[in-house]
Amino acid sequence: MDFNHQLYRRRRRANAVGLTLSMGAMVLGLAVLLWILGVLFSNGLAALDGNLFTQDTPAPGTEGGGLRNAIVGSLMMVGLTVLVATPVGILAGIYLCEYGDRSKTAELTRFVTDIMLSAPSIVLGLFVYAVAVATVGNFSGLAGSLALSLIAVPVVVRTTENMLRLVPGSLREAAFALGAPRWKVSLMVTLRAAKSGVITGLLLAVARISGETAPMLFTALNNQFFSTDMTRPMANLPVVIFQFAMSPYDNWIRLAWAGALLITLAVLLLNILARVFFREKASS
Amino acid sequence: MTTTAVPAAAKPRNALEVRNLNFFYGKFQGLKNVSMDIAEHKVTAFIGPSGCGKSTLLRTLNRMYSLYPGQRAEGQINFYGENILEPRQDLNLLRARIGMVFQKPTPFPMSIYDNIAFGVKLYENLGKSEMDDRVEWALTKAALWGEVKDKLHQSGLSLSGGQQQRLCIARSVAVKPSVLLLDEPTSALDPISTGKVEELVHELKSDYTIAIVTHNMQQAARCSDFTAYMYLGELIEFGETEQIFFKPQRTETEDYITGRFG
Repeated sequence: MDFNHQLYRRRRRANAVGLTLSMGAMVLGLAVLLWILGVLFSNGLAALDGNLFTQDTPAPGTEGGGLRNAIVGSLMMVGLTVLVATPVGILAGIYLCEYGDRSKTAELTRFVTDIMLSAPSIVLGLFVYAVAVATVGNFSGLAGSLALSLIAVPVVVRTTENMLRLVPGSLREAAFALGAPRWKVSLMVTLRAAKSGVITGLLLAVARISGETAPMLFTALNNQFFSTDMTRPMANLPVVIFQFAMSPYDNWIRLAWAGALLITLAVLLLNILARVFFREKASS
Repeated sequence: MTTTAVPAAAKPRNALEVRNLNFFYGKFQGLKNVSMDIAEHKVTAFIGPSGCGKSTLLRTLNRMYSLYPGQRAEGQINFYGENILEPRQDLNLLRARIGMVFQKPTPFPMSIYDNIAFGVKLYENLGKSEMDDRVEWALTKAALWGEVKDKLHQSGLSLSGGQQQRLCIARSVAVKPSVLLLDEPTSALDPISTGKVEELVHELKSDYTIAIVTHNMQQAARCSDFTAYMYLGELIEFGETEQIFFKPQRTETEDYITGRFG
């Protein structure tokens, strides 16, 4: 064989160029991310104090204050959303994979789900404003949860379906071969086999909705006071950050940074949990 | 009846009688006019080259193919006189009576105990101690009890491949079906596990009717009473295993068995 030194050198050069470009892109991306985190942590950590969790958002012109009402409001709305999105999303995912498969209904559901996945969240917020705020007459935590559910459900549906599709057909057949009806096969064998993937999807959906601001502006709005009444306007971290960050008050701006840090840490935690769950799946 | 009948020397009852069975994967015909009897409490082996329809035939016997739209069977399969190809057949009940074990071990993602209990709970309402007894009984039948009795609550996935396959056999046996279909049950196993499964087949036939698909002709010779040789969707020859292996009537069978083909 004739070794073509020229060709080999050209390939080495092309490799070096490609490697440099991709390393550069990686460094650029990482640098921006670290910059964001750096600013967030330096401003946020300075604003963290014990009052954050014990005091409510301060009125204009008053000193101090915390984020208790916003944290509780966010947790309640996200919590309710999880309660709604988990069963609806998982059952719809089971339908798509185990029952509908290639039927017209399933194809249509998949199409609509994909549109919902990419729909701007402000559109979903506006929709909920029209059907659940304008008709009722006031902003409410329930409307906020509804808007978040519209964002979360499609995520859960698609991850559930995709995870169920990874379950080998032989496992389903084995369960059918014992005489199990389809619903038992789906719930007790297939869903169980896909469990960690489905949980990962849920966690990522929660991470996705916990920072949503646009739909909250139209639905839950905000509440200066502590409230657990979900039929009334409700404080929540994203809207508090939005309002406080642009205010002229120093303590408000500090609270906005603290809130941003809290959300980021929560999302980070959820992502780490999701990875841990997924790794468990890979190793089992 | 003008069908390939079981030779007169052994005339046990038939658990399953296949009559003029044609099978279609969409437009492709997978089985062509197959007729055969599967005798009660005997082991019937299906052999033949890949794609000959032996697994297809096995999968018609518990209507497994009905899970997939586009697959259909024509003809008759009489299970103790009842045609299981009838549309009104209750498939779940049928599959509880005609169990199946697959090529690759398929333990459910749950404990060893629950793997066995899953199928039993579908059709029987047993108390805790009765269920414990049933689990022990099934695992003993499958020659697995001694190896797992101290770890019944560990995941079924923690077992070795050979143990997993015996767990799957135990799971099928536990629901007390009358027929067991084995689809190349040892093709993913090492020789020692294979030997155990073959012994098991021998043990089980006193209580169950067994149909086994195998690529391994020695296996068919070792553990079956009757053998069916299939090729391109047709049943070429069917008879007592000794006769098929030592005095095949058809040259195609002889070619395959002696290794000149396939």
